[in-house]
Amino acid sequence: MEDLGEKFLQVVIAMAIFAAVIGIIMLLVDRAPKSFRDKATIIGFLAPAAILLIIGMVWPALQTTFLAFTDRDGNINGIDNFIWMFTEPTALVTLRNTVLWVILVPTISTIIGLVYAVFIDKAHGERVLKALVFMPMAISMVGAGIIWNFMYAYRGAEQEQIGLVNQILVWFGSEPRQFLLEAPGNTFFLIAVMVWIQVGFAMVILSAAIKGIPADIVEASRLDGATAWQQFWSITIPSIRGALVVVVTTITIITLKVFDIVRTMTAGNYDTSVIANEMYTQAFRANEPGRGAALALILFLMVLPVVIYNARVLKKQKEIR
Amino acid sequence: MTSTPAVPAMGTKDTGEDTAIQPPIAKRVKQKLTSRGATIAAVIIAVVWTVPTAGLFISSFRPEENINQNGWWNVLANFEFTLDNYSDVLVSGGSQSPNLGQYFINSLAIVIPATLIPLVIASMAAYIFAWSRFRGKDTLFVFIFALQIIPLQMALIPLLTLFVNLKIGEFELLPSGSYAQLWIAHTIFALPLAIFLLHNFIAEIPGEVIEAARVDGAGHATIFWRIIIPLSVPALASYAIFQFLWVWNDLLVALVFSGGTGDVAPITQRLAELTGTRGGEWHRLTAGAFVSMIVPLLVFFGLQRYFVRGLLAGGLKG
Repeated sequence: MEDLGEKFLQVVIAMAIFAAVIGIIMLLVDRAPKSFRDKATIIGFLAPAAILLIIGMVWPALQTTFLAFTDRDGNINGIDNFIWMFTEPTALVTLRNTVLWVILVPTISTIIGLVYAVFIDKAHGERVLKALVFMPMAISMVGAGIIWNFMYAYRGAEQEQIGLVNQILVWFGSEPRQFLLEAPGNTFFLIAVMVWIQVGFAMVILSAAIKGIPADIVEASRLDGATAWQQFWSITIPSIRGALVVVVTTITIITLKVFDIVRTMTAGNYDTSVIANEMYTQAFRANEPGRGAALALILFLMVLPVVIYNARVLKKQKEIR
Repeated sequence: MTSTPAVPAMGTKDTGEDTAIQPPIAKRVKQKLTSRGATIAAVIIAVVWTVPTAGLFISSFRPEENINQNGWWNVLANFEFTLDNYSDVLVSGGSQSPNLGQYFINSLAIVIPATLIPLVIASMAAYIFAWSRFRGKDTLFVFIFALQIIPLQMALIPLLTLFVNLKIGEFELLPSGSYAQLWIAHTIFALPLAIFLLHNFIAEIPGEVIEAARVDGAGHATIFWRIIIPLSVPALASYAIFQFLWVWNDLLVALVFSGGTGDVAPITQRLAELTGTRGGEWHRLTAGAFVSMIVPLLVFFGLQRYFVRGLLAGGLKG
């Protein structure tokens, strides 16, 4: 703790420097000759963001694209990295796992989130019920990883279990299992953690959409004698279709980039790796920046159509309104 | 990544109950629909979603022997309560201690500038995009908006190389193992979404307010700090909470840019490392995980409405 003061000082100095830079920009903008003042403002106010984005995002993204076609020594090697990705057995497992994640997490999370949102709508204690399911969204995926490592904890059959999931298995008379070590089941147990986190997000968005359905429509269908089930399919679902698409696509994007859960719980071992984790491993652990860049590029190409679709749906929704 | 309000309710209404304003008939109808079975199912889901966290929380207060002896659901059978796990992970100077206190400070030292800096820079850009006219403005704005599609992963390798090579003679401008790399990296990755969201809000400020100030002779800097910023506080707060949680919970940026030293690594990085190397020390991991979760949970329960509002506005990034 003795370095507390020093760290505090670093933060203060950094903020002071930042404030000084912004202060100088403001001063220059205000003191600029009148004819030039508007232009100076535009340049001065945009410059920090523009410089950071060009140096830190646009240029690196272009460089990564180039890197994807080089080997570990920086020589151009054509599409070797992509051949590696689509032929090497371990790399193929990574791709297969990513596909599993992307199919299962958005579907299951959205279904559970929707069911929950419908069930608790206007229920007593709705606020509390919501907060409980939403809470995993607030904590880190590292924290979630530890929580579920503990749930999955394994002890030999002769010992008392300390992980709840294995204890439940034992209560039902079966043998405890090493959930995270046995492929291919382990990928599904990691996916369960992501679902546990994302259901809260789906629930909050869908719940807000359900509350936006005009009460008179609901009432009219009720007077026509619709059952709760009919109402769900012919009123609720069509009314919130836009929000459903947004939820599914957004969770898809997050899932494609999932890193922390895999990193914390298995580090990608035992056939559980996914693209984002493999990208980190190759680029920063295995000293294969070319392969890492190629994986990043594939990730970008996978995210791209989803993002564009998502943006389109959002735009259409806006126009309808 | 999504970028416009996902639902019409955003900003006007929170997610809480609004039964009070419903007409009595609608209320009765709703009540009948909320059948007992549905409520029971909902409670079951809520319990399943809460139990994992609760188990970790309870375990973090059990003595080490008890944690290793049996599951936390036996806590009432052999009730013992201790704070030793917390003092061990936080303050004990022992060689076995994970020294999380130090990493907790690191997290704070990272998150405060990494929230404030992008907030200021993005508001400045958003103000220009909302209130000035120049050729190519719309194109530039769409371009920045489109940058959101670039995953973090696309920038990591070259950015790290750049930081390492940024030298004046022998003097490293951004030495590895300093907070500076993390602050700048987080700032960069925050900007596209921040500019977009803040622009949407700042553009809604009535033009007459700004016009009146101009007539009174106020310059852009004055207008920005005296009018735009104070009027944008709700949007700034929503985004700040969002960015705060994102940075606090981040692992990837930390792993790449912290250099892995205890001097700057945040608590998430330390915990991920402990899970790998000392995965069996549950008395430390349970307490440690809670130490890392306490700040986001406080933010979450204290400022839930802002957080939800940010989410509804499409506040997702990475």
